[in-house]
Amino acid sequence: MTLPVDLFAQALNGLSYGILLFLLSVGLTLIFGMLDVVNLAHGSLYMLGAYAGLTVIAITGDFWLALLLAPIAVGLVGLVIERICLRPLYRRGALDQVLLTFGLVYLFEDLVKWIWGGRIRSIAPPAMFSGSVTIWGATVPSYRLFVIAFGIAVAALLWLLIERTRLGAIIRAGVFDAEMASGMGIDTERVFSAVFGFGAALAGLSGVIAGPIQSAQPPMGATILIPALIVVVVGGLGSLKGSFVGSLVIGQAETFGKAWLPGVSMLMIYVVMVAILLLRPQGLFGRPLR
Amino acid sequence: MSAPPLLSVEALHRHFGALAALGGITLAVSPRERRAIIGPNGAGKTTLFNVIAGQLAPSRGRVLLSGEPIAGLSPHAVARRGIARSFQRTNLFLGLSILENLRLAAAADGRGSYNLLGRGARRRGKQLARARETAEAVGLTARLDERVGRLSYGEQRQLEVGVALASGPKLLLLDEPTAGMSPEETERMTRMLERLPREVTMLIIEHDMDVVASLADRVTVLHYGEVLTEGAFDEVRADPRVYEVYLGQA
Amino acid sequence: MTEAGSTGGRARVVAGAAGAAALFAAIAAFPLVAGNYPVKLLQEILVWGVFAMSLDLLMGRAGMVSFGHSAFFGVGGYVAALSLAKAPGLASALALPALAAAVAAVVIGFFSIRASGVYFIMLTLAFSQMFYAVTFQAAWLGAEDGLVGVPRPVVPGVDLGRSLAFHLYLVGLVGLAALVLVRVARSPFGHVLRGIFENEARMEALGYPVARYKLIAFAVAGTVAGIAGALYTQLTGSITPDAFLWTTSGEALLMVIIGGIGTLGGAVLGAATFILLQSLVSSYTERWMLILGLTFVLFVLFAPGGIAGALRGRIGLRA
Repeated sequence: MTLPVDLFAQALNGLSYGILLFLLSVGLTLIFGMLDVVNLAHGSLYMLGAYAGLTVIAITGDFWLALLLAPIAVGLVGLVIERICLRPLYRRGALDQVLLTFGLVYLFEDLVKWIWGGRIRSIAPPAMFSGSVTIWGATVPSYRLFVIAFGIAVAALLWLLIERTRLGAIIRAGVFDAEMASGMGIDTERVFSAVFGFGAALAGLSGVIAGPIQSAQPPMGATILIPALIVVVVGGLGSLKGSFVGSLVIGQAETFGKAWLPGVSMLMIYVVMVAILLLRPQGLFGRPLR
Repeated sequence: MSAPPLLSVEALHRHFGALAALGGITLAVSPRERRAIIGPNGAGKTTLFNVIAGQLAPSRGRVLLSGEPIAGLSPHAVARRGIARSFQRTNLFLGLSILENLRLAAAADGRGSYNLLGRGARRRGKQLARARETAEAVGLTARLDERVGRLSYGEQRQLEVGVALASGPKLLLLDEPTAGMSPEETERMTRMLERLPREVTMLIIEHDMDVVASLADRVTVLHYGEVLTEGAFDEVRADPRVYEVYLGQA
Repeated sequence: MTEAGSTGGRARVVAGAAGAAALFAAIAAFPLVAGNYPVKLLQEILVWGVFAMSLDLLMGRAGMVSFGHSAFFGVGGYVAALSLAKAPGLASALALPALAAAVAAVVIGFFSIRASGVYFIMLTLAFSQMFYAVTFQAAWLGAEDGLVGVPRPVVPGVDLGRSLAFHLYLVGLVGLAALVLVRVARSPFGHVLRGIFENEARMEALGYPVARYKLIAFAVAGTVAGIAGALYTQLTGSITPDAFLWTTSGEALLMVIIGGIGTLGGAVLGAATFILLQSLVSSYTERWMLILGLTFVLFVLFAPGGIAGALRGRIGLRA
């Protein structure tokens, strides 16, 4: 393939990876914005989504059913986590909660290993998208195009939900200032649970979608957390727009970086993360810090 | 005959967005003076303390301590220059004992606290002595090893003043020291404050006029971030404007 | 805090010192009664224990939750590996790694301490991941496989290739590092840290330059972590980029919490729990990570004092 075609193919890869990061980081950023918790187990929820999808496909052979059921299952797991593990700690402060989510990383990784085994398990894309397409000379798996389209659709839906509905307004209020929202009569406990469950479901969705691209293996949770965290920091804690822009940027940066500048790309991304944390901690689009 | 002021605040402004919490405050406190700051809630009294003590930087204006500008310095730098403050909401080391609370304050001169490997027995002894003196001065003599989290509210307020005092300041800023206290506790606190050495200049925010009457040499009245009037307690109390904005609402 | 001087207090101090000495002797003599594998386990516990202890100085005394402590562990390890290959003396084994870790700690600390809470966590995490990125990619550092074949340091008169000699060397150094950490915690400096832990804003208002104290604590903790890393490299003969991973920092955090935050000695108990779970439990069941994660979660929820906290309650000692 020639250079422009090469670049285009890479860009599509970067875009689909960015979409995965977006779906994953939305939940993470909302959870942080609202609960002040960095949910280190968010990558584990992603992993659970992938494995849940694997199981549904194994039983029913239907990818679309997996796409529906796995996020629901992971969302329920999220609700349980929030209710049992995090809620008792709200009085104790955010740091204890962050620590607890780290314990969950270990718990889930081993749970997954126990139930599904430690080998890498591949997930087949749905029959409809199992082939390749040639666009502008570049041959890409049609599944990746599906991921991109799907992700944009979800982004649009989320935007509508958060910006145009009453529930979205409540979430935005809680993200902006949970204490004030509570003072205004909003049942913040229920909203916290809902946001956590919703964020978990999105993480699960991202995991299922990622399955055909990245395969499923127990360490995948801990691995994907770091890029997601970087997206949240760069894009802005609590910001949907920041999540979208940030994940597309980081997605491209990581993809091109790995291919073209393997030596420094990883390092540069962390340098950017540190720079943002030091110079503009609210990220590109986050609310200014209290 | 007027001594140069210990504390001089000149045209001090502090904005929060569009809100002018302090809209140009000028006042001067002489050494050994006891000045009360009174005014309705929201008048800017605590904000004034926050700017003087360094928790906030001013938007405009100057603060001078013995003629030296201190506005905008960090809290620890201001404290090192001899200002100590107590807080309206009790702000103590709840997990530590009364004695340790006071000792930390007494040890705040910095020397010796960078001792990483030794025990610093000599300095520690002096700090503990000072801590005990201060405990006595603020009326806390029993259960000095008790964890502060276990004390009654009144005892904590006494300690709140004690911690500020133990650091040996030239200027003591007390933010509503008797807030939330019963009449007996207030009486006790007032007598304790009266007995404090005159070398420590005092600036007190208070709502209780009996306390102000007992303690204050002069009174400054704040209203919406500005100085309404200033003078001896009786003068101020008789001022119809003061009555209108503040005392009449009590 | 009761002051030793009363007969009861003095007796307790003597008993405590005697107990510590007995424990130290038992640990030092362990190779005489146990085989290679248990000795190796003990040595790992000691090295990780002192690494976790240095983190406890930060967390339990100064209130700084760092997710980047592995940076100093890794720096110590890599510097030890590199310099021991060239000049296998004690300077390479200890002094250089300690110095490198100290420098790293001052630099990282200078930038990180401006932030607090969750932002501090993310900054420290990012810094240590930077080291991971560099070592993972750098061919001269062995890239993904790291550095192997690190020789034992050469000490005049002693052959550290022999297992008992190395054991005593390791135990002695770990003991010294632990002693330093305990002394720092009990020093006037340590008392200031305790005040910062309890109420940072009030310490500022009293006149303490809190940021400076935090930076010094960070540097001390980082230096000890670097020494732990250097010892780890000498113990296993190798070092990989995984030493820098955020999960490595997380493991140290696990050890601190399980052992009992703020107790210092608890960190070693936490390290023992972790390593014994990892090695022993895995011979009965593969689920050691599950047990560890579950234990940790339960501790955070229900036993914030950790093992040491529970023990203290039993014996009735007060802080």
